Amino acid sequence: MRRLTRALLALLALAVPGFAPAAKAQPLVADLSSHLIAITTGFAGTELLLFGATEGEGDVVVIVRGPDSETSVRRKARVAGLWINRDEMRFTGAPAFYRVAASKPLAEFVPPALRQRHQIGAEFLRLQGPADAAQDEVAAFRAGLLRNKEAQNLYDPEIGRVSFLGPRLFRTRILFPANVPTGAYSVEVLLVRGGQVIGAQTTPMFVNKVGIGADIYDFAHDWAVLYGLLAVLIAVFAGWAAGAIFRK
Amino acid sequence: MALLPVYLPLTETAIDGLLLVAIGAGVGLMSGMFGVGGGFLVTPVLIFLGVPPPIAAATGANTVVASSVAGALAHWRRGTLDFKMGTLLLVGGLGGSGASVWVFGWLTQIGQIDLVVALCYVLLLGSVGLLMFAESLRAMFAKPARAGLGKPAAAKPRGHWLRGHWLRGLPWQMHFPKSGIETSALAPLLLGIFIGVLTGLMGVGGGFLLVPAMIYLLAMPTSVVVGTSLFQIVFVAANVTLLQAVSHQTVDIVLAGLLIAGSVVAAPLGARLGAKLGAARLRVLLAVLILAVAGQLGYGLVERPDDLYSIRFDLSAPPQGETP
Repeated sequence: MRRLTRALLALLALAVPGFAPAAKAQPLVADLSSHLIAITTGFAGTELLLFGATEGEGDVVVIVRGPDSETSVRRKARVAGLWINRDEMRFTGAPAFYRVAASKPLAEFVPPALRQRHQIGAEFLRLQGPADAAQDEVAAFRAGLLRNKEAQNLYDPEIGRVSFLGPRLFRTRILFPANVPTGAYSVEVLLVRGGQVIGAQTTPMFVNKVGIGADIYDFAHDWAVLYGLLAVLIAVFAGWAAGAIFRK
Repeated sequence: MALLPVYLPLTETAIDGLLLVAIGAGVGLMSGMFGVGGGFLVTPVLIFLGVPPPIAAATGANTVVASSVAGALAHWRRGTLDFKMGTLLLVGGLGGSGASVWVFGWLTQIGQIDLVVALCYVLLLGSVGLLMFAESLRAMFAKPARAGLGKPAAAKPRGHWLRGHWLRGLPWQMHFPKSGIETSALAPLLLGIFIGVLTGLMGVGGGFLLVPAMIYLLAMPTSVVVGTSLFQIVFVAANVTLLQAVSHQTVDIVLAGLLIAGSVVAAPLGARLGAKLGAARLRVLLAVLILAVAGQLGYGLVERPDDLYSIRFDLSAPPQGETP
């Protein structure tokens, strides 16, 4: 609630001329209700508010990208009646998380060249497959990658809604599911008029584990032997305790 | 909707905590009732919930430690635990489980871990389930009085390879006073290695395999079989947990803790319930359960998957973001 109030205050600051003099000079200003998503023990997904103001006419596109990573896609084939993994293709440039929101259907105001340049929409992501593979194979694996990311709720084929409040103010909600990958994100906001980008702003954002969850994660990776021993000890103790109860 | 979402730090997603405790309780109930670790249920259920298979297997092994410690202690107090036999099984088991972590990494690398795990489940659960089903039905209808849990009606023809004469006849004959049998030291060693590999791959303690193997192949008396198998499972499952935690960071302590909490509470209830049901009927139920799991997994292998393409689970975790 407090976060929302702060966000609305900031929104007000953008809306009232003189309240935020810096906004005047730029065609586009935008900010997030928070730049850090903290994954705590009770984390089950969250929502951020992106808000901003534009100078003059235009429509807004918001692109949220998680950290890029190398992604391996596998294809199953039927061997002796069983479906097993056969072929594999590696792609670079696939963001771990990807969302797009816009104030109008993309086809109405963003020409394909622009979508290509700013990677607007999953079909325009620059995924680099192996250079020596056949084109249709790469396309099939690429489509498989996108489908899987969508199934995991990490990509969304639906374009989110950026809503304008009056002629200048806009806002959109960005939903992050429980399995949101950790890392450095970027939130790119574009103001498009007449098929041209006339204002752009990129805001960084971070998704981090904090608290006990983060400590456990770091412990498991930095002190793997101790962690393993602890896992075993907890189980042995629980089993011993169960045995003690059982005897009664 | 999740009632009590708990973020699992190594699985990197949230699952309903109450659901996990309930699954643990279900597994505990089974393990109390049937005297098995319950690993063969945990791993498939976790995978079904969307936990990546490597994490499901490693964390499954961790939960097996808890349930088998409870069982082994009870048998130790009752004096139904053959330490000599258990130690030999254990030596083999530790070797086998050590190798299995390496095999596991390699299979994950080449992308066939899901297939091998599923195949192991289908073949082993399927055959054990069928044997047990046939045997316990026979026991139930023929001589209801003599059946005890894990005590087969011994209807296998003499000289059949399943009777294990070839195994017991290997060199290094040794006497096992607790079990009151004479057998080759290689027999429990080889059996241990085999079970150890499976424990590592499948996240199971191997109780459902070890118990019939000790009865049929080693010809041990039924009274010491369950305790001795639980004894070696404790150490093998602990070893797998440790090795997986060290080499792949796939043991999710929060996930394991929730499952263990449920199973620890439910196991004594299961044991009481089991005592009421009667041994032969119990074995039929366990056989049906094992066959159901095997059937479900087998169907998954032959049915055309919804999507032929899948993204490979990366054993090296993504980097933590830097806080600004």
